[in-house]
Amino acid sequence: MLIVVCIKEVPDAAYINLNPVNGRLIREGVPCILNPFDAYALEESIKLKEKYQFRVAAICMGPPSAEGTLRKALAMGVDEVVLLSDPAFSGADVLATSLVLSAAIKKLSEKDEIAMVLCGKQTIDGATGQVGPGIATRLNYSQLTLVDRIENVDQPGKKITVRRMVDGWYETIEATLPAMVSVVPQINHPREPAVRMQMMADRAQVTRWDNTVLQLAAQDIGLKGSPTQVRKIFSQTMPESEILGDGISDPEGAARSLIDTLIENDIFSV
Amino acid sequence: MSDLDYQGVWVFIEQKNGAAAAVSWELLGAGAELAKTLDVELSAVVIGDKVEHLCQEAFSYGAAKAYLMDDPVFHYYRTEPYYKSVCQLINKYKPEIVLLGSTSLGRDLAGAVATELKTGLTEGCTKLGIDEKRLLLMTRPAYSGNIMATVVTEHARPQMATIRPRAMAMPEKDTNRRGEIIREPAAIREESIGVKVLEVIDSSQQGSGTVNLTNAEIIICGGRGVQSKENFQLLQDLADAMGGKVACTRAAVEDEIAPFNLWVGQSGVTVRPKVYIACGVSGAIQHLAGMRDSGVIIAINYDRQAPIYEVSTYGIEGDCLQVVPAMTNYVKELRAKKAN
Repeated sequence: MLIVVCIKEVPDAAYINLNPVNGRLIREGVPCILNPFDAYALEESIKLKEKYQFRVAAICMGPPSAEGTLRKALAMGVDEVVLLSDPAFSGADVLATSLVLSAAIKKLSEKDEIAMVLCGKQTIDGATGQVGPGIATRLNYSQLTLVDRIENVDQPGKKITVRRMVDGWYETIEATLPAMVSVVPQINHPREPAVRMQMMADRAQVTRWDNTVLQLAAQDIGLKGSPTQVRKIFSQTMPESEILGDGISDPEGAARSLIDTLIENDIFSV
Repeated sequence: MSDLDYQGVWVFIEQKNGAAAAVSWELLGAGAELAKTLDVELSAVVIGDKVEHLCQEAFSYGAAKAYLMDDPVFHYYRTEPYYKSVCQLINKYKPEIVLLGSTSLGRDLAGAVATELKTGLTEGCTKLGIDEKRLLLMTRPAYSGNIMATVVTEHARPQMATIRPRAMAMPEKDTNRRGEIIREPAAIREESIGVKVLEVIDSSQQGSGTVNLTNAEIIICGGRGVQSKENFQLLQDLADAMGGKVACTRAAVEDEIAPFNLWVGQSGVTVRPKVYIACGVSGAIQHLAGMRDSGVIIAINYDRQAPIYEVSTYGIEGDCLQVVPAMTNYVKELRAKKAN
């Protein structure tokens, strides 16, 4: 059986800024990285492969340059990678993105039965966490979000048991396969690829599927297939922080004035 | 289908064991303003097992109607029965706006509903408004909170958004308000559901491996400036005195000042306490992403140029190792005075 991991290449958040003149995102010179949350999904897929002998494929929708991110997945140990790249896919919101990924997963399922789709909790750029649920709903898979432990996979019985980490509690859930499992960073510690694997990955062929392969209707993909539109982007302006006391020569006085301020403003009470 | 076929503002009432999440009432407050601007009705969607009492509570927070699905199949939250039921209600009654809390449950549910209905969803909003064409303006942070984006769903309906807890003010409660309850049968039967909840554990009852920072009202966070494990105890003392919890930055984990499970940030835990006191924290963008929605942020750092000051309400320019123990002593002193 096959595990499909959905990954994304994202701009490194530390370098994101707006052009103050035209209010557009400055993309030039911003390095791209594997979405940090996806490293946990990749690691979990490799662990499951080692434990249960799954095959693992990683897919990524993005520009041709996103190939590098798929090579990272190969270096970590996935068996196969597919880049979903077509100018017609660009500008996609959650709904249009989940459509392209689901179509690719369906296509992969023609060769091998799918046990599960693994996703990171969210991306660091869009940060919606909604692509996983979108895939689950489109493919009618069991939807298991916020998973911090995969307890058991019963391949013949087509069942999976996971633990979810929800606000303030844990729940253990049994679900039928195939399932879409999105994982939280607490699930594992992603490995650093071995040099030998990295060299192999650098030489590997990356399969690329465009829309002549996926055959999706033009009005359902990219910008056209996206019901949401970004009307405006702007920098978040914060008021200056108020400095209390002289923390260097009188730390005690500053500490007292801080606590007093919190009490006066009903933020804290003794 | 024309947009005009869709009318009214709906708020999904999130509940666990019959108790509603506070964000649901905050959304009724925000929803009431939207409904007033649009001159339409505000309704609550109440789904659960023995949850009829939540309808009256929703009326007291401003809903005029409550759509109620009360069935044992909804005892535990599971995506499939909930999303199919919400979709059935939306398809039947056609609201123009549907709001949910941006919580574990709300995010899980909203994604499934929006996909099934092929409509737009804007996740994690902090501000809502209505434009001149009656469209819902949904504003949310993006790129780790560096940038804000205002999003609209021009044509698809309903316009869906999840809203962060504490982003909207809690409305006044008036228990004299009444409303209309519309009962609907569950959209799905137990036999057809492939997911079973085997066990639910309150994470506060777990051992040392888990610390529930997400519910803490006061968080004292230590960064590299704390310097050592021994000094980190000073933060714990302040947390104990103030009734809060300690947390740390990635740098503090790397320097072995504090354990991994206390890590707040982009890849660690995301928190929004009422008070966040950052001690010796420079404020790397990845750290800010995990805490910038906190109510009041306080920076204690001798470097006034550190990025943590850009998100702070109050700051103390000084050494946290001197300021923090002074705070602890002062809180204890005030407590002792009060006790007398």
